[in-house]
Amino acid sequence: MSDEETKAPQGDDTGPEPEVDEAAEKAKAEAAAKARAEAAAAAKAAKEAAEAAKPPWQRDPKIPEWQEADDSAVAGALREAHGDAIAWARTLAGDLVVMVARESICDVARTLHDEHGFTMLIDICGAHYPDREDEPEFEVIYQLLNLDTVERVRLRVGTEADTPVPTVVPVWRGANWPEREIWDMYGVSFEGHPDMTRILMWEGFNGFPMRKDFPIEGIDTGSAIYPEYYEETAGPVAGTGTGWKPPEEPEDEEAAPGADDQG
Amino acid sequence: MADSENMKHNDTLFDVEEMELAFGPQHPSTHGVLRLNLKVDGERIVDCYPIIGYLHRGTEKLFELHPFFQNVPHTDRMDYVAAATNNLAYVGAVEKLTGITVPPRAAYIRTLLCELQRISSHLLWLATHAIDIGAMTPFFYCFREREEVLDLFEEFCGARLTLNCMRPGGLPFDLPVGWTDRCSAFVDKFPSKVDEYEGLLTNNRIWKKRTVGIGVMTKEQGLQYGITGPMLRASGVDFDLRKAEPYEAYGEVDFDVPVFHNGDTYDRYLVRMEEMRQSARILRQCLDNLPDGEVMAKKPRVLKGAKETEAYYGIESPKGEIGFYIVGNGTPNPERCRVRPPSFYNLQIVPELAQGALLADLVAIVGTTDIVLGEVDR
Repeated sequence: MSDEETKAPQGDDTGPEPEVDEAAEKAKAEAAAKARAEAAAAAKAAKEAAEAAKPPWQRDPKIPEWQEADDSAVAGALREAHGDAIAWARTLAGDLVVMVARESICDVARTLHDEHGFTMLIDICGAHYPDREDEPEFEVIYQLLNLDTVERVRLRVGTEADTPVPTVVPVWRGANWPEREIWDMYGVSFEGHPDMTRILMWEGFNGFPMRKDFPIEGIDTGSAIYPEYYEETAGPVAGTGTGWKPPEEPEDEEAAPGADDQG
Repeated sequence: MADSENMKHNDTLFDVEEMELAFGPQHPSTHGVLRLNLKVDGERIVDCYPIIGYLHRGTEKLFELHPFFQNVPHTDRMDYVAAATNNLAYVGAVEKLTGITVPPRAAYIRTLLCELQRISSHLLWLATHAIDIGAMTPFFYCFREREEVLDLFEEFCGARLTLNCMRPGGLPFDLPVGWTDRCSAFVDKFPSKVDEYEGLLTNNRIWKKRTVGIGVMTKEQGLQYGITGPMLRASGVDFDLRKAEPYEAYGEVDFDVPVFHNGDTYDRYLVRMEEMRQSARILRQCLDNLPDGEVMAKKPRVLKGAKETEAYYGIESPKGEIGFYIVGNGTPNPERCRVRPPSFYNLQIVPELAQGALLADLVAIVGTTDIVLGEVDR
């Protein structure tokens, strides 16, 4: 079609009558613009086709996007059973993510465990998002696995530092240590937990290391634990030596060269 | 008068009071620095309370401070006897988060590396477990073959233990010339070596006395505690992520998942022995079908995790399911990077298994859980 149109004015151009020139040139320009647009479209299509013809690892990476999980049976059943406790249920890269109200997490976990076959608690972890507006500062994330259908569900619970989350230890005994770790690292406590103590840091450590505002260089922990050795805020800080001083230091030796090397 | 005093003396001699005993952190059979606070009634363990954290280095915090591609070496240092599987779990999670597809040659080489790593990890486990129980000889046999696996790793990436051998998108480099032949030679002879280990132990009367019926874990206990990997498979649960959610080249190779049903130390030993044979089978098929082509996918120069996106990716490591949960924030660093450490969960059941066991059997129970404290504490 386009070929015929572009050819027709050319045929006229070679004709003996010069009056048609203006109209012919206009038509020619139009046709050229049209051809150019078509060529661009064709080039784009060809590029897309070439991209699609490429093996997947040579294509541009496709960043996964959130989608509403309306067709998920598990999400539907949870909504039916728990109603308002389910804030939203979406999928991302094939994973079902369910936002659960803090108070109901143990009930939701119980339903998933007893009725939907999520017998395996893969992991519980915490997260700290101090910059998120209008949303709780902390999150507790539960990864569940159904061994028979190999389905995975991720439950997310928003909470604040001073609002304890109901424990899921009655549902999975294996939740004991990960919940202790969240308390240890983030300072989010669990209500009804049998042994809410620190696990990786030592008892008496005065901070929550995984919080975003915890300095990476470390904090003074000495005086809190060894008041007889350290003055207030004089404990070990990473990168500044141990800060340890002998309890009794003779004044004469302090001026002597090399006395500081002991530190 | 004298009689009653004698009686009193006897009472204190055979005291029935419980004694507290700190097992570790420097005990050789704790495989690192694990402390078990025990309450013992004579030789029987009444109560066991593990104390961990001696190797805590804040790895998860370190992840948040480095760009995605700089975090791979951190993963080596968690389970330091199985670095390749740690690498794969991490780069797999990053690839899931950023939508990268890996070329088939890279997927096959990754499978090769992971299975070699499984063999080397199981060999180290068998060697130390046997030495814990009192069998010295298997140690020398196992380390003989483990050395060859480490040589293969060294030839590929220059490191023997902390491999750092994978990148988001594929591999940093292709296999060196002649590597497949040397790997092939190892794979050919390895099953006969497993026969040698089994000849030393499987029907050995002392070995069976020390392991059969010791530390029995039921299927229900395993599920309650989130136990994964060979430990769960020794309790009769037929679940292996390589079969259930085939990743890399596992969907294209043929192998069996060994399952045993007694859940004791002996069955866990049998599962791992059979897994080594199956690993050799997978290696053979991967070497035979190794595709040609590139080993790195197309990816942006700077990898960024999009804001408010997250991904969890779990694979079957020699110890169980290792997974990474990564949250992106629009920068080249992750906002949150959580490791799901299999040893952490597997160690948690030790107090339950140790209840009522003999003190000497605790060594067998801790050994059979195959923990690496670098991963427990991170």
